[in-house]
Amino acid sequence: MNTVVLLTLTGLGLAALYFLVASGLSLVFGLADVLNFAHGLFLGVGAYATWWAAGNLPGAGPDGFGFVVAVAFGVLAGTLVAVLVELVLIRPLYSRTIEQVLVTVGLSLAGVALLQAVWGADPRPFPRPEWTRQVTPVLGAKVPNAGLLLIVAAALVLAAILAFLRFTRYGLVIRAGVENREMVTALGIDVRKAFTLVFAIGGAAAALAGALGGVYFGSVSPGQGGSLLIFAFIVVVIGGMGSVVGSAYAAVAVGLLQQFVNYYGTSGLGDVCVVALLAVVLLLRPQGIAGKVAVA
Amino acid sequence: MTNSVVDKAVETPAASAPAGPEPSRLSRLRPFLPLVALAVAAILPYSTLHLPGIFEGPLNSPGTLQLLAICLVFGGLAAGYDLLFGRTGMLSFGHALYFAAGVYGTDILVTRAGLPLWLAALFTLTGGTILAALLGAIALRTVGIAFAMVTLAFAQVGAILVARDFGGLTGGEEGLPLDVSGLPAALVGVTNTVNLYWLALAYLAVVVLVVHRVAASPTGRVLAGLRDDERRIGVLGLDPYRFKLVAFTLAGGLAAGGGVVYCLIVGGASPHITSSELTLSLLVMVVLGGPGTRWGPVLGGVLYMYLDHRLTAFGSSGAVDALPGWLSAPLSQPLFVLGTVFILAVYFFPGGLATLTSRLTPLRTALRTSTRRPH
Repeated sequence: MNTVVLLTLTGLGLAALYFLVASGLSLVFGLADVLNFAHGLFLGVGAYATWWAAGNLPGAGPDGFGFVVAVAFGVLAGTLVAVLVELVLIRPLYSRTIEQVLVTVGLSLAGVALLQAVWGADPRPFPRPEWTRQVTPVLGAKVPNAGLLLIVAAALVLAAILAFLRFTRYGLVIRAGVENREMVTALGIDVRKAFTLVFAIGGAAAALAGALGGVYFGSVSPGQGGSLLIFAFIVVVIGGMGSVVGSAYAAVAVGLLQQFVNYYGTSGLGDVCVVALLAVVLLLRPQGIAGKVAVA
Repeated sequence: MTNSVVDKAVETPAASAPAGPEPSRLSRLRPFLPLVALAVAAILPYSTLHLPGIFEGPLNSPGTLQLLAICLVFGGLAAGYDLLFGRTGMLSFGHALYFAAGVYGTDILVTRAGLPLWLAALFTLTGGTILAALLGAIALRTVGIAFAMVTLAFAQVGAILVARDFGGLTGGEEGLPLDVSGLPAALVGVTNTVNLYWLALAYLAVVVLVVHRVAASPTGRVLAGLRDDERRIGVLGLDPYRFKLVAFTLAGGLAAGGGVVYCLIVGGASPHITSSELTLSLLVMVVLGGPGTRWGPVLGGVLYMYLDHRLTAFGSSGAVDALPGWLSAPLSQPLFVLGTVFILAVYFFPGGLATLTSRLTPLRTALRTSTRRPH
């Protein structure tokens, strides 16, 4: 029982990480049709900016309120990079989808190499508050606090994104744009502003994932974003592209499956099972669990 | 992608046909130019020419020959990948899997199972092709970006299987050095690097031949049609799924063949060839060279691999070290330079290197008229 509770909660922690990366990816894909390969870079920027801020920014530090400032700085940096990428690289190639994907591919290669050039290829120990290293007893299981932090953060982000999409004017534009971009454009609404906004939201969520992932893993390295990104892609496809709620469901399924199979089977088998799940979902329901019936 | 790419692909059958009624001397020679290039490449190892700055040793030194052989293999790989991307319009992000299947298949069958090389190569080729057919059959249920993601996921399984070292077959993170005791003597040892170079050249020639034959065949026209408008092919009563699966399987088999050759050249397998980064590199090669063109992908592949290897040496050279830190650190990362060049290429050279000459034509005519004007 203890093990099951522990595995469930650590699995949900992993799911939270996947969701934070996948939600932005899914929104960007749903609205702009861009598969953003540079999304892992936003995560890396968030992680390194938080790491840098905790050591160098006045008022920021590895503990208490200082850590909140450091994470806020990291999220801000990730958001800025995402907005810059959209304005400088993606926007000039408006509606040339393949070229946009290619540019993000180039950016993912160059960006990760740049991080590596500045901070080296080896993992750096991540500054984390003392309490995230401890465990909390839940139903008799000792659950690491870092995982609980991730779950709470992801739940807050999910609620915030849903509220934004449901109750604000821009949320309405984005929801309509995901459904039918041509129609929204024909109504005289500038979808491109929504593109920038969606990139900013995605960048912020990914940067938060980078900062909290640093706490969860205890270290930060340039390639971290890339390896998480592939599972985030899987989550996006299973969840149905463009659906934030679908991403949340899929992230939970993927995180739990991975954690349980890795524990009860051999290590690494869980990752393989996740891809098997992807294959099964595609065979039964090619549009994903919450996707539109017609896929692009 | 662009119309110029389409036109290039359509004109290919004409270029290989017998010369027309009144061709100029140059256009009569054109079909033989690839043969000339092949002959030059084949006799290259006999040259002791030293090109300082371009290669470290003379052309016939083992180090240079090995670098050239790797470049040639990747030229072939890129040409095979272009069968998917440039000619059929399928954006696969899992091509590294079939290449890695070739490398690890050969390595495991020779080193662990002790099979003779020719048998190992045969099994690996067959296995790689069947793998591509099976996974392609599932992945092709989706289209567009979803297809890209699914192929990426499948390739990721390969990377996990290799890295986690299931059954102790792959050697995990350390990789698996090739056991050379059972190999033919002509392929072993530093002095025999030249044979590996010829093997790589032969692989490149075979891939180019196969890709061009397919592109010029009726199947190739269906593939080009799929790239331009899939619905139209469906309306013609042809099954897009079947044609795409044929292209996917063929490209997978070609990549597995490249893996066999690569395994011999570098003498083993290491897990980094299973990474998605390799597929992304293939995409970069094809786009840099020119997707759907005759020689673009080959050029792109050779050039990319050359730069990837040489930029590392360039990055640690004195010229770069003398630069200020904020400039020399990124320049010492080959992927930073290549990624940046790639982004610029997407913006400014959508057709890649292959269309460079036609893009320069207006400039040349402008220059010619401006020099004539004084007369």
